[in-house]
Amino acid sequence: MLLLLAVVIGVLYGSAVYLLLRRNIFKLILGLIFLGHATNLLLFVASGLTSGYPAFIRFITGESESMADPLPQALILTAIVIGLGVTAFALVLVYRFYSVTKTVDLDELSENE
Amino acid sequence: MILVLPIILPLVFMVLLIFTRRWLFFQQAFSLLSAVALTVVSALLLSQVATEGILTIQLGTWPAPYGITLVADLLSAIMLITTSFVAVVVMVYSPGFIDKERQTAGYYPLVFGLLMGVNGAFLTGDIFNMYVWYEVMLTSSFVLIALGGSAEQLRGSVKYVTISFVASIFFVSAIGILYGQTGTLNMADLAYKMRTWENMPYINGALMLFFVAFSVKAALFPFFFWLPASYHTPPVPITALFAGTLTKVGIYTMFRFYSLFVVQDVMFWKLFLLIIAGLTMSVGVLMAASQFDIRKILSFHIISQVGYMVMGLAIFSVNSLAAAIYFTVHNMLSKTNTFLAGGLVFQRLGSYDLKYLGGLYKAAPFLALLFFIPAMSLAGIPPLPGFFGKLFLIKGGFAAGEYLITAVAIAVGFFTLFSMIKIWNEAYFKKTPEDAQKAQPVNRSAIAATTLLAAAVILLGIFAGPAMELTHQAAMQLKDPYQYIDAILNQTSP
Repeated sequence: MLLLLAVVIGVLYGSAVYLLLRRNIFKLILGLIFLGHATNLLLFVASGLTSGYPAFIRFITGESESMADPLPQALILTAIVIGLGVTAFALVLVYRFYSVTKTVDLDELSENE
Repeated sequence: MILVLPIILPLVFMVLLIFTRRWLFFQQAFSLLSAVALTVVSALLLSQVATEGILTIQLGTWPAPYGITLVADLLSAIMLITTSFVAVVVMVYSPGFIDKERQTAGYYPLVFGLLMGVNGAFLTGDIFNMYVWYEVMLTSSFVLIALGGSAEQLRGSVKYVTISFVASIFFVSAIGILYGQTGTLNMADLAYKMRTWENMPYINGALMLFFVAFSVKAALFPFFFWLPASYHTPPVPITALFAGTLTKVGIYTMFRFYSLFVVQDVMFWKLFLLIIAGLTMSVGVLMAASQFDIRKILSFHIISQVGYMVMGLAIFSVNSLAAAIYFTVHNMLSKTNTFLAGGLVFQRLGSYDLKYLGGLYKAAPFLALLFFIPAMSLAGIPPLPGFFGKLFLIKGGFAAGEYLITAVAIAVGFFTLFSMIKIWNEAYFKKTPEDAQKAQPVNRSAIAATTLLAAAVILLGIFAGPAMELTHQAAMQLKDPYQYIDAILNQTSP
């Protein structure tokens, strides 16, 4: 499980960096989304996996002695919400950028026109 | 209780302002009053911290290290009061400068959103909470920088949003890795464990990720390129607010983290930060020399000045830390002041480009004076605060035997003077060029705001003695992290 997740995270980071380096501005946003997801997974794995146990539930009812650490899950939840907000803003920004400059080419960002 | 106010008040103000954003006059008056109220609260907090020592509060009465802690030591309190004062000045300046569309489109609520984030970052004692405050601050700044939606602003914001997002990613991954290694997020608890655990894992990887995140925010070498590409695009009061508060949050966090968490490989970190500081100072100032837009010259100077603060931090003696904190306060005021003075020039002659400016010294000597004071302060001319800041930083550098970086700092000082004189000669001293626009009247309240800030700069210079005494105490607290740990966890030095 750990190995699988590590590979997934690596692939996500790789694709994110690739997309960030594209000239199309929409792909830039996709890259940012990928980067956010890769990091959420990284948070999940780096804080230690406890497979087979949910957080709290069976621990409280006494069915089991161990539980998954709830804190990383709370952190990821927060990070997802923040990421969603920022992504929404970035999408609107890119749309405005497109309607003002009529292009999706990032080279338009340079100031020496 | 007073610890929560710098965060709760901006939130309440922001919500009120969102619902009344069409009433222009109410927005202007209420924002000014709110900023003043915030300054009063910060002043009370500062006096309480100065008399009673470090203040802490556990939110939701969850005991540390499980709940979220808010802490105010002298450094936090000093940063808080400077930020709120800058906000007051910007609130006086804005009504006469920013166009009505932007003002009614949510400018004022966003400023308080930004202040909430900044204050939260200054007060929190929990790493993840710090990240959340960073995001609050950044999201408000994203909207502020894009507010109005001109093509130039949109270009700037795409760069700014992208680089800030990537920096945040570094921040979160560092938090995740550090939590995995230590199992705690409370800053005092982390610092205590790092000093007492026998098998402390090697955490410098996580710290380096933190460093990248903060140095992007603070615009350190080599992560500074986004700042001059985006800061000059929004209207000047927004740039001034960013220059005075946003970049300094990165510096504050770096001070806090360095004092609490750097226990492994101390020599490496010191050398590393010294190199970064030297490069930041010199690259920033050299790039400023080749610019012709007032806002761009000043933006590059933000970078170069940040280098001085990092230099004080890297040397990490009480004297150099005290000088660095004093320098940070001076910079927040003087930098904001130069931007606002640049805005006055724009109002009068309709351009930021030095080619189209000139003759202001003869035509408007008071405007010239308003630029002259903070510019000379940044260049380090006595008796202005920039002089004392640099003097004590350089003294601290010599005392610690770091001659190379001190030499760089002195050389950079000359170049700073050169850039400031360049703006002065071009915009104020030379004859008005023929293709310059006709002089427009400058808004009174904008002049009043700039005067207020210039007066504060002069006062900071005149009362450098007492101010240095205060920053000296703040430096003592930073130098001895057990004061911080003791205030939160009741653990003293073993």
